[in-house]
Amino acid sequence: MEETAGTEKLGTVTEDSPVIIKVEKLNKWYGDLHVIKDVDLTVRQGEVIVVLGPSGSGKSTFIRTLNALEEFQSGSIEIDGIELTDDLKHVEEIRKETGMVFQQFNLFPHMTILKNVSLAPIWVRKWKKGKAEEIARNLLERVGIPEQADKFPGQLSGGQQQRVAIARALAMQPKIMLFDEPTSALDPEMVNEVLDVMRNLAESGMTMIVVTHEMGFARQVADRLVLFDKGEIVEMAEPEAFFDHPKHERTKLFLSQIL
Amino acid sequence: MINDNLHYKGEPTNSLEVTDSPHLDRQKNEPFGQALRKNLFGNKKNTVLTVLTGLFTVFVLYQVVSFVLENSWDVVYIHLRLLMIGQYPLDELWRLWFGLYYASLMIGLTWGLWRGAGKAVAFTFGAVYLAFAAVPWTTLNTSLNLAACIGLIAGGYVLGGKIDRLKIPVLVLWGLYFPLTIGLIMGFGGLLDPVLSRYWGGWLLTVILASVAIIGCFPLGILLALGRRSSLPAVKYVCIAYIELVRGIPLIMVLFIGQLLIPLFLGGQTGLDNVTRAMIAYVFFAAAYLAEDVRGGLQSIPSGQFEAAQALGLNKVKTTFFIILPQALKAVIPAMVGLFITILKDTSLVAIIGLADFLGTARRISNNPEYLGRYLELYVFVAAFYFIFCYLMAYVSRYLERSLSKGSR
Repeated sequence: MEETAGTEKLGTVTEDSPVIIKVEKLNKWYGDLHVIKDVDLTVRQGEVIVVLGPSGSGKSTFIRTLNALEEFQSGSIEIDGIELTDDLKHVEEIRKETGMVFQQFNLFPHMTILKNVSLAPIWVRKWKKGKAEEIARNLLERVGIPEQADKFPGQLSGGQQQRVAIARALAMQPKIMLFDEPTSALDPEMVNEVLDVMRNLAESGMTMIVVTHEMGFARQVADRLVLFDKGEIVEMAEPEAFFDHPKHERTKLFLSQIL
Repeated sequence: MINDNLHYKGEPTNSLEVTDSPHLDRQKNEPFGQALRKNLFGNKKNTVLTVLTGLFTVFVLYQVVSFVLENSWDVVYIHLRLLMIGQYPLDELWRLWFGLYYASLMIGLTWGLWRGAGKAVAFTFGAVYLAFAAVPWTTLNTSLNLAACIGLIAGGYVLGGKIDRLKIPVLVLWGLYFPLTIGLIMGFGGLLDPVLSRYWGGWLLTVILASVAIIGCFPLGILLALGRRSSLPAVKYVCIAYIELVRGIPLIMVLFIGQLLIPLFLGGQTGLDNVTRAMIAYVFFAAAYLAEDVRGGLQSIPSGQFEAAQALGLNKVKTTFFIILPQALKAVIPAMVGLFITILKDTSLVAIIGLADFLGTARRISNNPEYLGRYLELYVFVAAFYFIFCYLMAYVSRYLERSLSKGSR
């Protein structure tokens, strides 16, 4: 499956790009329930992977194992050369390198927007407060809401909150960004403002794994699409091949249901 | 009532019975007098109710005023010093005045700098000072000191309102207030003669016991609450055992245990006086209850908050300290203040281990044959004092809650 990597969708990832995520034979059980089955995935730097699949297919669980929010029982995950093990040092290193954006935003409601974004750089990266806040303001500018810096999350719309969440993750200057259904909790008119930010981010060369149901975004931005079903990767292909010539019956069924 | 309901269906806004809001139902631009007339005498039933409640209010007020006027209250003012500070030596009174000066200045500064609930605190303290200073039987010396306290509140307010830079020094001074005044009241380090705790009494002892219990139980209670949720079984079960054990024992028994068992465990010559032992008992007792309140707050934090913090690379300690605890504590302010109010009142139980707190002092005075049967004035005075300070705590907590929830949904 690896030969499909390295397409020229947005011109940022090439065959020579170094591998940054390497998942091999990943398995996870909840009790007797086998939720991730022998998943392999290799991601090169700058690549944008969109993960599709029906609910309960294990796609969210899968990206949450990548930054150790979920444990796994067998197989291996290597991120930027660091093996993900029970060793807390490794976990912390990997979390520094991977930003995550959640469906429910999960902003810290008791802090201003600026504090939300600058907290981790100050206390994890150990940057000076001035530097961290300057970077935070720049990021808020980049996601288009510099004027909201001193408000609280509860005073912002859903779309604005999700953009803050993206800025917060970016403030740690991660090499990889994980998106767990970032637009699913938003009102329809706010979906695009978040997708625009993600599109810009992809164009800037960020490595991204995105779990989403936004097919337009998937077709336009993804380098590769992955379909999850019952804990397995059913199909992995470039957007054109995935949408226009799917190989597997399961993929055809999935596409017929959502398109 | 059924008929009434039918009758008022068509004109719900005119009736006190039907409106949800207890406030005067008043249209925009309507003169107050007119609104009052409409609400109180708008129809037959309201008129009858207004007259009846009016009569009852007048009756109660008459009874209260005649009670206040008919009693001479000498039993209170003769013993006022005893009620307020117990047997604290007269030569060392300046220490208490210093504590009061310090508090007054800080209250004034806090009010000036942050506004808000500081105003209510400042006015309550000011009013209590004024009441004590103005009654004719207060000595000139005391009156002057109290007047100085009022002056300090006012001065602090003006100063705080003008100089915004004082915020951090004021917070530091608040942090130092408790250790400094307690040190001063006890006497410390050979510099000041010690004043043995057996001379502390009255409101002074009540306030010291309650403050130590509240300030001491706070860190301990939070640790217990966190420990109860720990993933280490040893820590978890020790915390659960402690909390459940203490909550399963009456406070009076905890006080006895403090008096009898602490010297037994630590050896007879520990030098811990019975006030200190009572303090320890209160701290450990209150901590168990606080732990349960805080645990409720911790449980109310959605798991997404933990995940977001972890995903950012914050470790467990930082996640707890920056993300979880601030939200959890904010959520349980009402429960915590309820506990603090209970502690303040429960300090009166030290009477049974022989200490003379505020209420205990009143009881001792009422036992004096010279004032036989005069206990009512004493207890009314004591109750009023407790009420003023408990209500003030509740008021400040409500304000704090409101101002902290600003901006968050």
